[in-house]
Amino acid sequence: MAVQEQELVGKPPRASLVNDPKVRGIFYQVVLVAAVAYIGWEIVHNTIINLEKRNIAAGFGFLETTAGFGIIQSLVEYSEVSSYGRALLVGIFNTIAVAAVGIIMATIIGFIVGIARLSNNWVISKLAYCYIEILRNIPLLLQIFFWYFAALRAVPDSRSEPLSLFGVMFLNIGGLWMPKPIYESGSSIVVGALIAGIVLAFIVKRWAHKRQMATGQQFPVFWTAFGLIIGLPVIAYLVTGMPISLEHPEFVHEGPILRRGFQIGIGTNVIPEFIALLLALSFYTASFIAEIVRAGIQAVSHGQTEAAHALGIRHGPTLRLVIIPQAMRVIIPPLTSQYLNLTKNSSLAVAIAYPDLVSVGGTVLNQTGQAIEVIGIWMLVYLSLSLATSAFMNWYNQRMALVER
Amino acid sequence: MGVAAASGANAAKLDDVKAKGFIQCGVSQGLPGFSNPDSAGNWSGLDVDYCRAMAAAIFDDPQAVKFTPLSAKERFTALQSGEVDVLSRNTTWTMSRDTQLGLNFAGVNYYDGQGFMVRKSLGVTSALELSGARICTNTGTTTELNVADYFRANNMPYEIVAFEKADEVVQAYDAKRCDVYTTDASGLYAQRLKLTNPGEHMVLPEIISKEPLGPVVQQGDDQWFNIAKWVHFAQVNAEELGVTSANVDEMKNSDNPSIKRMLGAEGAFGEAVGLSNDWAYRIIKHVGNYGEMFERNVGPDTPLGISRGLNALWSQGGLQYAPPIR
Repeated sequence: MAVQEQELVGKPPRASLVNDPKVRGIFYQVVLVAAVAYIGWEIVHNTIINLEKRNIAAGFGFLETTAGFGIIQSLVEYSEVSSYGRALLVGIFNTIAVAAVGIIMATIIGFIVGIARLSNNWVISKLAYCYIEILRNIPLLLQIFFWYFAALRAVPDSRSEPLSLFGVMFLNIGGLWMPKPIYESGSSIVVGALIAGIVLAFIVKRWAHKRQMATGQQFPVFWTAFGLIIGLPVIAYLVTGMPISLEHPEFVHEGPILRRGFQIGIGTNVIPEFIALLLALSFYTASFIAEIVRAGIQAVSHGQTEAAHALGIRHGPTLRLVIIPQAMRVIIPPLTSQYLNLTKNSSLAVAIAYPDLVSVGGTVLNQTGQAIEVIGIWMLVYLSLSLATSAFMNWYNQRMALVER
Repeated sequence: MGVAAASGANAAKLDDVKAKGFIQCGVSQGLPGFSNPDSAGNWSGLDVDYCRAMAAAIFDDPQAVKFTPLSAKERFTALQSGEVDVLSRNTTWTMSRDTQLGLNFAGVNYYDGQGFMVRKSLGVTSALELSGARICTNTGTTTELNVADYFRANNMPYEIVAFEKADEVVQAYDAKRCDVYTTDASGLYAQRLKLTNPGEHMVLPEIISKEPLGPVVQQGDDQWFNIAKWVHFAQVNAEELGVTSANVDEMKNSDNPSIKRMLGAEGAFGEAVGLSNDWAYRIIKHVGNYGEMFERNVGPDTPLGISRGLNALWSQGGLQYAPPIR
């Protein structure tokens, strides 16, 4: 008896398993997971049975079948004889294209407007205020229609004299017409020189930064980088005998009316659907980004500005070197959400015939009737794009985060 | 649970429809002459009248229909999922749609073909002169495929701009984004009315495809499929036998055995498909025969002004032909 009592004293009082909070916790989690798994399995199972009962073909075999329809803009090789899978790939690339360019444009416009909103100049600050309040309060779909249908009617039609931008680019209802670079043999050296220039510029920048930290001496990084990135390719271009030429868009004035205007396939044509969607997405999202930037800057204590001014740093460098780096920590997380919004909003493209993933996928869905599979692909692609954007922005956020020592 | 839900698909559609008291009919989002709502929200058109004829046969009430406007893209999914009981939405009957989607086409209530509309000022008189043209159309239709086939076959370059909704196609064509507007010829006549200056546009003579348009039902319910087929056949037979909504009451006393069988005076043809024996009488009384329906919605006296053409009865040089009721 005495020995037993001693053992009991050494251990904590043994409760029944039912009352053990740890065991209970695990039990409930297992039950929850099982329930979710059961519901998930039931949905899949039920769908399969229903599809079989209704004689609806299922599976992803249709991706190999010939698509048979044309797409106006494709960044990868595509023709009517390509497969449905290829058509969806074209849609994915078109979505990425408009989202990527849109994110860059929205960020630039958003930062400018956000900073302008804080300007001491009354006119500039009120202009930025009006921009934000008007654009963020009008539904995006209406803005897309505005840019497409209102702006489309304002430019010359495809047979009339186009609007000339600097004599190199032209604008008409068929979109923006630009020269197309033609790469001949030897052009890879020029491209290689450009890449080498960019890499070298980065190396120089790091080296200069290190040297400045160690010795305090400054180095003209900007001009060196400029020389490397522009100069190297130019030299390579001249040395290799100018292997890259420009093919200008060709405007025909004579002949049958249908053949007049810019010729398909000569020069680069940016379709108006892309331009309208890009402008709508960028201006709309920029109005939100502007507010985020303003919030970020105002989150930095005014004492920081005063301290910088007291050190004799001018207004521009104060903003660039003191305020914005600190504001970025506040700006980046909500900025990520805006980037995700922009990417997902690009699916409104279907309203104005821009062949994005939803638009092309819709055609595939209708031709094949594989609704579940196509919608699955849609969700998977948008999810992957969003997760990739998030991952990148989280990495950037970590870099910009306050380094605590 | 899975089995119970699945078997729901096989329950008799007719019983479901009778229980809820109306037919849910999938139509277009607005195509004059086929299915188009007026300012008060009342639907009219050839496709709409087909659903009204079904309602008349089942409920003796052509108003016992609710309409679901569907885009070209949504239509099959809506029917597959049972959201609509019948799809009457100028839908082309093709082999893949008939065999792979779990659907059945119940017949052809309009023989159509794809055409091209251009501005007269282009000076084009044939579709073969359209090389290099920019073409506006709807996404998710056979139209996109036909255009691709036609231009490839004739070795002509083209650019296609495909919109989700027909209204945007019309707007973009009107704004001169495209040189050509292509869809089913009947649709071209209908949409031309929405343009700023309808007189400045012409439909080219070439018809580049066969577009048999007809109502569609889910596979797996033969009774409902039979009703869908025979509502259409009854209207065609009525026209052939000279029975109209105006004279159907007198015709009930006709001595012609074909008419007697059709109107339910002889035999029990309606009961065989789960309807009352005066099913065809109800259709003709409330909606009329096929010819009346055609003239009322798309015929020469309507803004669309389409002649019977292929849609005349077989006895008058057209393709409309119905198996006999016997």
